[in-house]
Amino acid sequence: MQNTQPPEYAIETKNLFIFYGSFAAVSEVNIKIERQKVTAIIGPSGCGKSTLLRAFNRMNDFVPSSYVTGEVLLHGQNLYGSNIDPVEVRRRIGMVFQKPNPFPKSIYENIAWGARINGFKGNMDELVEQSLRGAALWEEVKDKIHKSAYELSGGQQQRLCIARTIAIQPDIILMDEPASALDPISTLRIEELMQELKKNYTIIIVTHNMQQAARVSDYTAMMMLDREGSRSGTVIEFSETKRIFTNPKDKRTEDYVTGRFG
Amino acid sequence: MIRKTFESEIQQVKDEVLLLGSMVEHAIIGSVEALKKRDIKAAEKIIAEDKEINKKRFAIENQLMILIATQQPMAHDLRLLASTMEIISELERMGDYAKGIANINIRMGEEPLLKPLIDIPRMAQKGADMLHRSLSAFINEDVEAAKTIPMEDDEVDALYNQIYHELMLIIIQDPRSIERANWLLWVGHNLERVADRVTNICERTIFIATGEFGEIKSSDDEFWKGQQVQHK
Repeated sequence: MQNTQPPEYAIETKNLFIFYGSFAAVSEVNIKIERQKVTAIIGPSGCGKSTLLRAFNRMNDFVPSSYVTGEVLLHGQNLYGSNIDPVEVRRRIGMVFQKPNPFPKSIYENIAWGARINGFKGNMDELVEQSLRGAALWEEVKDKIHKSAYELSGGQQQRLCIARTIAIQPDIILMDEPASALDPISTLRIEELMQELKKNYTIIIVTHNMQQAARVSDYTAMMMLDREGSRSGTVIEFSETKRIFTNPKDKRTEDYVTGRFG
Repeated sequence: MIRKTFESEIQQVKDEVLLLGSMVEHAIIGSVEALKKRDIKAAEKIIAEDKEINKKRFAIENQLMILIATQQPMAHDLRLLASTMEIISELERMGDYAKGIANINIRMGEEPLLKPLIDIPRMAQKGADMLHRSLSAFINEDVEAAKTIPMEDDEVDALYNQIYHELMLIIIQDPRSIERANWLLWVGHNLERVADRVTNICERTIFIATGEFGEIKSSDDEFWKGQQVQHK
């Protein structure tokens, strides 16, 4: 993939539908995600938030019957174009999951491994330190980086996963409920970290925690089933976070953010 | 309905605001009534009751803080709770105007009124009535009413204008009346401010309902312009 002139938007979707077999889990999404900002995707369970997030780095490809129509543009290039390598897509667009999932290796190797298979030839010690610093973990682990990653707490493991992601210098970091398995202090650490990370990366986060979305994001996409009785989700309102949480336009967004939905 | 508890707590706050409003209304009418009758005891009672108004305002403020901290209000709920904070402060200030009128009454001591009060009680009645309706508009989020009530501020200003000129005339005719005239002018000014604060309540109501901040045009500017012209 060629990196052309960086556009204002990191990702743009055009008439995006995501199917599982004949069922459209997500319908007609047209959003533009701004660079170096945090964008939150919120909405009730089963409205397609994670499906949409996974479409941004072709993770849905792992579900055999899934396919998309429409476009997901990264730097103006369609990620689903015929000449696109999904592995390269996932290198450019990293992902952090709900449950911390470090490799059963040392802290050091958790970071070095991905970089190495991506052809990193520089100073590995430096890269490991840099990545751990970037994930606000270095000070806590610098004396034990050759110990198993499993010795770390849940919050530390999650930051290690973030360090692992930034080690391969992606453009975008996707986060699927990155703090929902963590205690409140670890959660705040991750949230603070996101504010640091957005100086260099574009972040898209799926969260059930509305206060978290309000705290961390610059933009919010509100997803909902597209009509009553339907099982297909779509983005019903997309705007600045401060707008969504003080004066949303859509009645359904209002009901959801004020806790009156359902 | 989900958020039943929160809804009922919001309802309680609204009830308390209405109660505070009725205490303030009562104080405004009562302070002018006491002045009209030169009833010092009644004036002292108004001053004592102002303490209750202040207490009530702080109690509501506390209730609002707890709701914000524990319920994390968003969107409409947030606008409502934040604006209610403003509204109770407006109400408390209106209570202070009534207390001010009661203080003037006490300071006048044995001095009789310069003239029988006619327009001043009218101003008080009008102001209290506007206040009452502005709080109904707030409770019902009636944007239409919130937009039209402030228009009536013109009537209050006209009465004030009339009082002002009448008192000026008296002062010119008999400069010894300056102090007593000044007291009444002060009373008029306090009542004029009551109506202005009603406008603020209406602006908040519109914000709660629509999310739009807007200043309702006040006729005060016109009033002061009018004064300047006459000084030339």
